[in-house]
Amino acid sequence: MQKKMWLMIALLLVIPGLLFMVGCQKKAVTQAKAPAPAPAPAPAPAPAPAPTKAPTPTAAPDTSGMIMAEDIYFDFDKSVLTPAAQDNLMRKAAWLRANPDVSVTIEGHCDERGTNEYNLALGDRRADSAKAFLVDLGIAASRLTTISYGEERPVCMQQNEDCWSKNRRDHFVVN
Amino acid sequence: MNRRIKLYIFVIGVILIAFGPGRCWAEYDVIDITKPFLRKIPLALPLFKNVNETAEEKQLSEQAAAFLSDTLDFTGYFKILDRSSFLFDPERSGVTLATINFQNWTVVGAELLITGFYEARNDRISIELRLFDTFKARRVIGKKYTGTKANQRSILLRFCGDVINYLTGHRGVFGSEIAFVSNGTGNKEIYACAFDGYNPRRVTNNNAITLFPAWSSDGKWMAFTSYKAGNPDLYIRNLEQGRETKISKQGINITPAWSPRKFELAATLSFSGDQEIYLLTGSGKIIKRLTESRGIDVTPSWSPDGKQFAFVSNRSGSAQIYIKDLASGKVRRLTYEGRKNTQPSWSPRGDKIAYTSEGNGGHDIFVIGTDGLNPVQLTYESRDNEAASWSPDGSLIAFSSNRDGPTRIYVMTAYGTDQRRLLVLAGEQTNPKWSTNHLNN
Repeated sequence: MQKKMWLMIALLLVIPGLLFMVGCQKKAVTQAKAPAPAPAPAPAPAPAPAPTKAPTPTAAPDTSGMIMAEDIYFDFDKSVLTPAAQDNLMRKAAWLRANPDVSVTIEGHCDERGTNEYNLALGDRRADSAKAFLVDLGIAASRLTTISYGEERPVCMQQNEDCWSKNRRDHFVVN
Repeated sequence: MNRRIKLYIFVIGVILIAFGPGRCWAEYDVIDITKPFLRKIPLALPLFKNVNETAEEKQLSEQAAAFLSDTLDFTGYFKILDRSSFLFDPERSGVTLATINFQNWTVVGAELLITGFYEARNDRISIELRLFDTFKARRVIGKKYTGTKANQRSILLRFCGDVINYLTGHRGVFGSEIAFVSNGTGNKEIYACAFDGYNPRRVTNNNAITLFPAWSSDGKWMAFTSYKAGNPDLYIRNLEQGRETKISKQGINITPAWSPRKFELAATLSFSGDQEIYLLTGSGKIIKRLTESRGIDVTPSWSPDGKQFAFVSNRSGSAQIYIKDLASGKVRRLTYEGRKNTQPSWSPRGDKIAYTSEGNGGHDIFVIGTDGLNPVQLTYESRDNEAASWSPDGSLIAFSSNRDGPTRIYVMTAYGTDQRRLLVLAGEQTNPKWSTNHLNN
């Protein structure tokens, strides 16, 4: 009985001690690893925009076709679609699916820098990039025609980056 | 009998070679236009001596002397001496070998002298023109031309061709034209003018964007791109008859370049989904594909022998100039300096390629050896200098520049000297293309 008591007392003293020690160790560990978990919260916001992004294509089947009037823009001397351009084209694809009877002419344009022969070829590639992306999203290729205007039809006439960036575009004409 | 005739022809041939034009060349070193920083030859061109001395004759005669002076100056070979520096009244002095005191000319620095004997009667004109080497006190050309007053320009250009032929061994640029694009009507259309900007005229009437004129070697055909049917299509036009063939494939149909002395042309088409250069017949049929690289391949320019062509490709990431050899199929990169290099133009002499290089401030014209060595910058203006095109003799380069505001056509020598504006029309002028020396001269 007494032995049991002693054992109990010993346990009562040792366990909190152990707990305390474990507590200390844990603290030390968390401190040491502090920088590591820091990026962990970063992915946390990532899923957050996903729900906000997701509604845009679904919630805006845009019956007016306003989305088609929006140009998409390119980086200098590039025909690769930017994330913003891809996002815009997904919304265009949604509208085109909702309006299966329309066909679209995709015009590729360039800023005035570079020489006009090269720019006509670059505009051709820009129009093709948008067409290929829409076809990948299930829009029939027969509904999409392309034409390059190179640097021949700028929308902005000043010579500065702001203006040039507006001219490096695909313009969409609904037929 | 036959043998004897052959022998006579041979003997006559030898005599002609020994004492004919070849002898003239030997006396005056043939100008080597491949030599940079060419020294200009001081040339005296006094007013002509008039026969009847009527007011009209005097006026026509002065116009003729001024035109001759301007045209020879245009070539870049001469320093035309100021008439006020001449030591005596040239109109009253001699125009023939026997009556000229050459010391009067050598002392003012003239190495060449041109004299004229001018007569105008009713609608007819008669011009005697002589070229003298003042140091050797020799007449080297003496010609008499007659025609109507309307022929004056062509008569004087013929004499200019004789002078340049004497000095260089070829007839120069006087029978050539320059095609270009102008947007004066509100649309870009193709125009053409004489080598010196004279008599600009509209070639296309498409009321749509029209670009990239290209002359065939005989000057009878012009290819170009136009949006007149909506798409950038390629047209091949017979200039005399006006009839056209259209190449209208899906995508772009652009940058035609005629193969030298053939009824074939290279052009960029993108119907395959990729911008590639193809060889086409003059009637628009595809002979074969000439480039095989994913990405942009555009703006072919043929070597004078038609065995190679330069072109622009972005296969390395940025637009650069490459050369393809047709026989071996090998492609080599020509330009390495400069962010982007486009618009190659192969010299008719074969040894150099002019092109447009993108720098910090804009575009400038460069010339590079076909071996890719020694790129030389020819324009240093702060704005854009683009679209070089060689004259048929390789001595001059036409290009476009906005250095004075609107874009205009300019001409300079192959070494970048004597840069001057060719003409001013409404709107802006771009994409000059120099023809061969195909007009009668």
